[in-house]
Amino acid sequence: MEVLLAVLVGWLFGAAVYLMLSRSLVRYLFGLVLISNAANLAIFASGRLTRGAPALVPDGLTAPAEVVANALPQALILTAIVIGFGLLAFAFVLAYRAHDELGTVDTDAMRVAEPIAEEKPVPAASGRETAV
Amino acid sequence: MNSLILSTVARAVIALMVLFSLYLLIRGHNLPGGGFVGGLVAASAFLLHAIANGVPATRRLLRVDPRAITMIGVAVAIIAGLVAAFQGAPFLTGVWAFPGGVPLGTPLLFDVGVYLVVVGAVVTLVLALEEDA
Amino acid sequence: MAERGGESRGQVPGWAFVLLSLAGVVFALTLVPRVASGEVLRVAIPWLPSFGVQFSFFVDGLSLLFALLITGIGVFIGLYARAYMHGHAQTGAFFCYLIFFQASMLGLVLADNIITLFVFWELTTVSSFLLIGFDHASEKARRNAWQALLVTGAGGLALLAGLLLLAQAGGSMELSELMTAESGVQEHPLYLGILVLILLGAFTKSAQVPFHFWLPNAMAAPTPVSAYLHSATMVKAGIYLLARVHPSLSGTPEWIWTLTIFGAVTAVWASIVAMRQTDLKLALAYTTVMALGTLTMFLGSEAHIAITAAMTFLVVHCLYKSALFMVIGIIDHETGTREVDRLGGLFRAMPITAVAAAAAAFSMAGFPPFLGFIGKELKYEGALAVASEPLLVAGAAIAANALMVGLAAVVAIRPFYGAPRTYDRTPHRPPFGMWIGPVFMALLGLTFGVGPEYVGNLLINPAANAVAGIQKDVKFALWHGVNIPLMMSILTVALGVAVFIFSDTLRRWLASALGHLLTGDEAYDGVKGAILKLADVQTAILQNGSLRRYLFVVFAVTAAGVGGTLIAEGGMAWPALWPDVPIYEWAIVVLIAAGAVVPMAARSRLAGICGLGTVGSGVALIFLIYGAPDVAKTQLLVEVLFVVMISVVFLKLPRFAETTHPPKRGRLGDLTLAAISGGVMTLMTLAVLDTPLNDHLTKYFEANSVPGGQGGNIVNVILVDFRALDTFGEIVVVAVAALGAFGLIKLRSTRAGGS
Repeated sequence: MEVLLAVLVGWLFGAAVYLMLSRSLVRYLFGLVLISNAANLAIFASGRLTRGAPALVPDGLTAPAEVVANALPQALILTAIVIGFGLLAFAFVLAYRAHDELGTVDTDAMRVAEPIAEEKPVPAASGRETAV
Repeated sequence: MNSLILSTVARAVIALMVLFSLYLLIRGHNLPGGGFVGGLVAASAFLLHAIANGVPATRRLLRVDPRAITMIGVAVAIIAGLVAAFQGAPFLTGVWAFPGGVPLGTPLLFDVGVYLVVVGAVVTLVLALEEDA
Repeated sequence: MAERGGESRGQVPGWAFVLLSLAGVVFALTLVPRVASGEVLRVAIPWLPSFGVQFSFFVDGLSLLFALLITGIGVFIGLYARAYMHGHAQTGAFFCYLIFFQASMLGLVLADNIITLFVFWELTTVSSFLLIGFDHASEKARRNAWQALLVTGAGGLALLAGLLLLAQAGGSMELSELMTAESGVQEHPLYLGILVLILLGAFTKSAQVPFHFWLPNAMAAPTPVSAYLHSATMVKAGIYLLARVHPSLSGTPEWIWTLTIFGAVTAVWASIVAMRQTDLKLALAYTTVMALGTLTMFLGSEAHIAITAAMTFLVVHCLYKSALFMVIGIIDHETGTREVDRLGGLFRAMPITAVAAAAAAFSMAGFPPFLGFIGKELKYEGALAVASEPLLVAGAAIAANALMVGLAAVVAIRPFYGAPRTYDRTPHRPPFGMWIGPVFMALLGLTFGVGPEYVGNLLINPAANAVAGIQKDVKFALWHGVNIPLMMSILTVALGVAVFIFSDTLRRWLASALGHLLTGDEAYDGVKGAILKLADVQTAILQNGSLRRYLFVVFAVTAAGVGGTLIAEGGMAWPALWPDVPIYEWAIVVLIAAGAVVPMAARSRLAGICGLGTVGSGVALIFLIYGAPDVAKTQLLVEVLFVVMISVVFLKLPRFAETTHPPKRGRLGDLTLAAISGGVMTLMTLAVLDTPLNDHLTKYFEANSVPGGQGGNIVNVILVDFRALDTFGEIVVVAVAALGAFGLIKLRSTRAGGS
């Protein structure tokens, strides 16, 4: 299954890259969702898979009696999912507000910070004290 | 959304969900559950309430601004960490006591902080979006 | 400029600077007897012990001499600046910078650990930047402050590399150990690299040709700062460094020739350039460069007498240079000009200043009975003792000194004597704070000259011994009898008088002869312009303002980097067997893969959202099957919230069709990159899976979850106990993201309509 997941990770990542390269901010955000999923799956697969044995210690024991799933990647992914949600929510709101303010979701049309007709900065006049 | 059926059912379901979320939070240290999952369940409950009864009703139900819940959560987590610091151990080291054999420790308090942050953050966001839409 | 309220402002910082300096002098003086007897005082506070980095300081003869000069001259600079800056709106900031600067200098000369030394070295660069650019409304001041910062900062980087190599070669991070131990640095294969890097640091800081141009430009600073920077501090930092590493690096042909040639060229070149200046302050600035060249030249030598000469000249120079700068400042302050052609007859207005200037100039010119005379005699004696090239050194010393005599006369005689001129304002006697400094410095020059034994035995000999690394005390006396150095002195004076008499002719001739040489200043402008142009060009290529371009570059570089590394390092791993997976798991994987295609192909947003929901739920199922119930639950709940959120917000955004798509050709490139990126990610994951799993941490968590964390849910114990700090960081991020999004939603721009 790990091998299958490796292929799936690549597939999701590829789809995410394609979506993120789109001019539409909406598609870009879709790509962001997919790339988070791809990353989580990659971490999960890297920790190796154990079927049907959650990382729990039965009552009365001090350590798991049998082989259980790797707990470490699970802890990483759990927080990654929540953080990813925070990031996504923020990005969505950003896109939403950008659409409000700029009237477009075409990233190539969003040139507020980097206008196309950029004025070259005036070179600092030389304030040389002396010519030797 | 003005649906009598939804708002009636929602009332019962919401109460159950909040209860369930607390259950997940408390048992999370030994069985599946925990602050993240519990917080998300509770947040979904309030979200359902907002959809059924409108955002103003949800705000009234919460009594506290969800932003405050978020920050209280962060504060609770900090306090849980400082307990160890005051005992000379590194910040966020687990400190345990066993009153009557029940294990009580700062990691549980910390998990409560996580729960509150997740609830507060999600509800803050979704309510604000609903109001804006 | 002189606002009301500026009167009282700055009083406290001004006095604080004076008193701090005074306290420093007193403290340094109490150490003199112990240090003079050969003791070395050390103090160390661990900083990064695992890297051998300590916050450590030590005091030997050399450090103490510098510390005394820094604090002692600081006292009078403080008094002077209080009067000079009187009424300036930002006096408080000025003195704060000055205190900052002085503390950095002190830290630098007292530092033992090389990292401590480097930190203070950089702090002097930063604080001098603030001082040079103090008049920040002036374009010139800003530009020149930048120049000083960039030149000395670049040298500082070289110095850091050199010091680290030195520590590696010498086997210690402490200067005191590098100096005393027979560290064998000279034989080390890295020696040449160490030497070049450290000399770059020292030469840029101490304004050796060809890095000298920033120093005259630093004249943009207020005069008290110039007086301080040029006499006891900043530029002497490079000299201090050369003296400090002298025991461990000197004696090789590379050291001797580099220092001798750079020093000699700097000294002679700077005195020639100094002659052609009409601005007195600028002329003095070039004599500083000349002094630095002389010091470098003498430090190139191994001879004890040459080093003693350098240390003596160091003291002499500090005294007369600070005095003369303050005098020029007074003249400027009282008349409004520093042009030598427009000055004259000021003696009547300011006799005390004139006398002090004359005394300082005598010391500068090396006339008896001033300390400058002893310094000059020692220089000649030292020059003749230089083993390798006595004639070169002696010749350079005589030439530079003769020009110095002429310049001293110009500075001390021209403004005060001759026919009185008319000025923009009527010159008065300067306030006490301004003339006490020059007078005291001139008096010290005289006292030390008449009775050189004390200063010689208590300060200069210990310093010279620390540099030379041997105990040998030179006897200081004003009169050494008729000998070769005296003859050389007489020759110098004769030449100097000639220079003074023909100074105007000389200046005009030099101006026409040297008019069009490429200067360091122009080279600096050229290099800076080229760097800016390069930045322009590469910015235009890489950052053209299109998000798609940025992302394309990021993904392409990632794919090329990861894929290239995998191929180059032989990390490719092909699964041996086709996976043996139950049919329902196959179904889930296929479902996820199909779900990912939907948003790529779909024309409708709703279909896209459904596709994403399929992916998310499928991933949750995988988590559930493979023993991660908490993760699966979290994933599912997030999916739900995500869909709700989108249904609120997203449907307000325009349809895909409404956004113009680039032509198919462009998307074909995107598709190729996407395929390559995906393939690389698969290969990387396979490579990871091919490496044996290190389950050290997992085993630790499993074994300690119940005993240490009182919890049976290992994932939860990791989150709230073992790695609680990570979780804490993450909940803070979530909180900040939510508050930030809230702000974005609620705080609408005030622009009406918000089109």
